Amino acid sequence: MAEKLKIATTSLGGCFGCHMSFLDIDERIIDLFDLVEFDRSPLTDIKHCSEYVDIGLIEGGVCNSENVHTLREFRKSCKVLIAVGACAINGGLPALRNFIPLEECLAESYLTGEGIDNPQIPSDIELPLLLDKVHPIHELVKVDYFLPGCPPSGNAFWRFITDLAAGKTPTLPYDLVHYD
Amino acid sequence: MSENTLTIDGKPVHFKDGDTIMEAAIRAGIYIPHLCHDPELKPQGNCKMCEVKVNGRNCSACTFPAAEGQKVLNNIKELNENRRIIVQMLFVEGNHLCPGCEKSGNCKLQAIAYSVGMMEYRFPLIYPKREMDTSHPDILLDRNRCIFCEMCVRAGREVDGKEVFAISGRGIGNHLIVNSPSGLLKDSLLEVTDKAANVCPVGAIIIKRHGFEVPIGQRIYDKKQIAEVSVATEKVLEEKVHG
Ligand code: SF4
Ligand code: SF4
Repeated sequence: MAEKLKIATTSLGGCFGCHMSFLDIDERIIDLFDLVEFDRSPLTDIKHCSEYVDIGLIEGGVCNSENVHTLREFRKSCKVLIAVGACAINGGLPALRNFIPLEECLAESYLTGEGIDNPQIPSDIELPLLLDKVHPIHELVKVDYFLPGCPPSGNAFWRFITDLAAGKTPTLPYDLVHYD
Repeated sequence: MSENTLTIDGKPVHFKDGDTIMEAAIRAGIYIPHLCHDPELKPQGNCKMCEVKVNGRNCSACTFPAAEGQKVLNNIKELNENRRIIVQMLFVEGNHLCPGCEKSGNCKLQAIAYSVGMMEYRFPLIYPKREMDTSHPDILLDRNRCIFCEMCVRAGREVDGKEVFAISGRGIGNHLIVNSPSGLLKDSLLEVTDKAANVCPVGAIIIKRHGFEVPIGQRIYDKKQIAEVSVATEKVLEEKVHG
């Protein structure tokens, strides 16, 4: 049998909804394990990508400095990088803050908003710094394929990954293409 | 071939004197993609989605007069690629967060994007700052999603007999303005039954209190492509308006 494809997954500024939807492939996950093995992913709890990964799935847009590091690590390791879901493709709902100056966002959340006691803006070396704006991932690294949806359906994931495993360019039929 | 005949992608199409290529196509049940055409309104050629080749030259089908023997190309790779790029430009120059938009699934911009296979944005996103107007009791105006097709402007002027909307500014500074002393929709003449309130192809003008009456996934373009929907609905309207 051919060697299994290595897949890595992560969520940057996402809600893990895309990961949950991936699991909607249900019992096909058993067939999936015949084709692939998981590398860095919240599903395995492996913290860093191996040197060589076949497919990287990125959920979420780029909101902070840690997202930038993670995205670069994925791009370095993954032969094929896929932007998964609305947020990776266009920033998604977190990008709603792009219209509000960062200072105002932080002030509302930590200083002046409803029900805050001990108001202070969190600042610790352990905390990643927020970027001024939320960016779709194609603005930082080259992206090979885009899988739209909020989230893409389990069937869309299945189709994309089985196409890639078969050495084909992934394509979706009309009813699997959604931006919502 | 008989008189008053042209071909679209090789198929003979009969037209009436005074028809545009778009009108002849609609009557013949052929879909030419469009965002700013409505049989009830005078064509204006704003959105450029209906660009076709007429005897080798690119023209807007909605404004170009039909003529004897024209060879029109419509559903070809080159034109569909142009259409995809135009749609991508419309997406990046506004703020189209479909998952949070009540029009999703019923939106013509999104439907055309689906049908030309738009999987990504291609261009850097602009995230322009655009104002919402929630003042009207029945109608919401969200300029984030406006594509400047002028359907609302023309419907107000030509059908409702009210000048409610206009486009102001140029190029990237384009914005939709409301004709009222305060500039707000609540002080304008717009009513929920006006064509101007119901004609927006995208989610920029939304009738309030009807959100999610039809669930996501069961909306117009969720299962059917816009070509099929458009052919079925616009032929009837075209024949009613222009015979
Ligand atoms: S107007 Fe259409 S394209 Fe824009 S956000 Fe709404 S559904 Fe999406
Ligand atoms: S509000 Fe809607 S109908 Fe009016 S110009 Fe904008 S997109 Fe067109």
